[in-house]
Amino acid sequence: MTAPSLHISGDLQLGAQTLCPALDLTCPAGQWTVLLGPSGVGKSTLARLIAGLPCPAHLTGGITASDGLPLDGRVTLMAQTDQLLPWASVLDNITLGARLRGQRPDPARALDLMSRVGLEGFATRRPATLSGGQRQRVALARTLIEDRAVVVMDEPFSALDAATRAAMQVLAATLLHGRTVILITHDPLEAARLAHRAHLMQGDGLHPLPLPATVPPRALSDPATLSAQANLYARLMQVAPA
Amino acid sequence: MTRLLPALAALVFALTLWQAVVWLTGVPHFILPGPARVGAALLNNASLLVHQAGFTLANLAMGLTAGIALGVASALNLAMSSAARVLLRPLMVFAQAVPVFALAPIVTLWLGYGAPSKIVMVALVTYFPVTSAFFDGLMRLPPALDDLTRQMQARPWRRLMLLQLPHALPALGSGLRLAAVQAPFAVIIAEWVGASKGLGHLMLISNGRGQTDLMFAALMVLAGLSLCLFSAADRLARHWDRD
Repeated sequence: MTAPSLHISGDLQLGAQTLCPALDLTCPAGQWTVLLGPSGVGKSTLARLIAGLPCPAHLTGGITASDGLPLDGRVTLMAQTDQLLPWASVLDNITLGARLRGQRPDPARALDLMSRVGLEGFATRRPATLSGGQRQRVALARTLIEDRAVVVMDEPFSALDAATRAAMQVLAATLLHGRTVILITHDPLEAARLAHRAHLMQGDGLHPLPLPATVPPRALSDPATLSAQANLYARLMQVAPA
Repeated sequence: MTRLLPALAALVFALTLWQAVVWLTGVPHFILPGPARVGAALLNNASLLVHQAGFTLANLAMGLTAGIALGVASALNLAMSSAARVLLRPLMVFAQAVPVFALAPIVTLWLGYGAPSKIVMVALVTYFPVTSAFFDGLMRLPPALDDLTRQMQARPWRRLMLLQLPHALPALGSGLRLAAVQAPFAVIIAEWVGASKGLGHLMLISNGRGQTDLMFAALMVLAGLSLCLFSAADRLARHWDRD
């Protein structure tokens, strides 16, 4: 699997209203592109469009992959809610995709992924018995087993406590290595740690944001990460209504 | 024990109240027999009551099974096929507006005084609540799960079995509760309209003969049956609710 780069262009429109004009966004192959911005500007809408999910808005341009192939079946969305089936075990949740397609699930691969996300021995547990962080690990394993080249993440860690979130960020960066990732977030620190490229999405369009020259995932303790976080905050505060 | 005790206390209270009404008003026993008299009738006619209750219960069970099975199958079909929805849903809404109990004389006319008319009445009365509750549950898959099925390119049948059906079980549980409440009405009304056996038939006969105590005894047995039926349905529904 070689991940393509994506190009997203056009106005993001909801009916006659333009949410975000003149998008011209390149998401480099195998890298993390992070979108920050105020609520209501259409970030989640854009995430749904990239993932090919039904949504009331549309792009006047389009979303194309660098290899010229359609994106159908090559994108997966990791949402803020983990969407785990409460009645199914952790293992059955992870192998859901194969079971829904009528394919034979691969429990060996699922168990391997479970150990890589740190859920060894959890196969038969129900989601209700897991913590928020553990549930997102299950969702991550379910995303990974689908083996899609493009992963769209819509604030997947926003409901986690600070320490769990920091650990999940490193885990996701490690395990999604080589895939083209588009991450929507409200958290400047998350952007500073994970982004190869970051953009501020607001009502007048997309604006590139400065990032450290180092390769993500960047350490929390790195002063460059923290100063990038401070810069991002400063940019967000300019946007935010007083 | 903690659940049994309040129930027992309530029963004793009800019996006391009943006896008090009989004593205080002095109504003749052929109008309202006291609990002791009904208890005696229960014991003296035990084998008759068991025999009649057996007939009623067998029809109830067969009608319920048929009604639930048909209801579940219909709901699954409706959920799978938009053509079926277009054709059958208006029909189902119309059928629910007809008071099914009013069909009892027609059903008896067509199927006679025996078991079939009772079974069909129970099946008719249970079919609609089960179908509509289960169908609503099947169609109300949360949008987040719907997204998941799209991304995973689910086959419709698999989606139905792996996501919609488990998600609809609590709704099916409510349908079963409703069916369990209505089914005893249906069987008794069918027996009143025309039967040669059963608790409803026994109530009519003993009423005609002025054996009010036996009529009450039959009513007690029927109430017991209904209660067992409802608590069985409720147990199942609670089990599904927990999941």
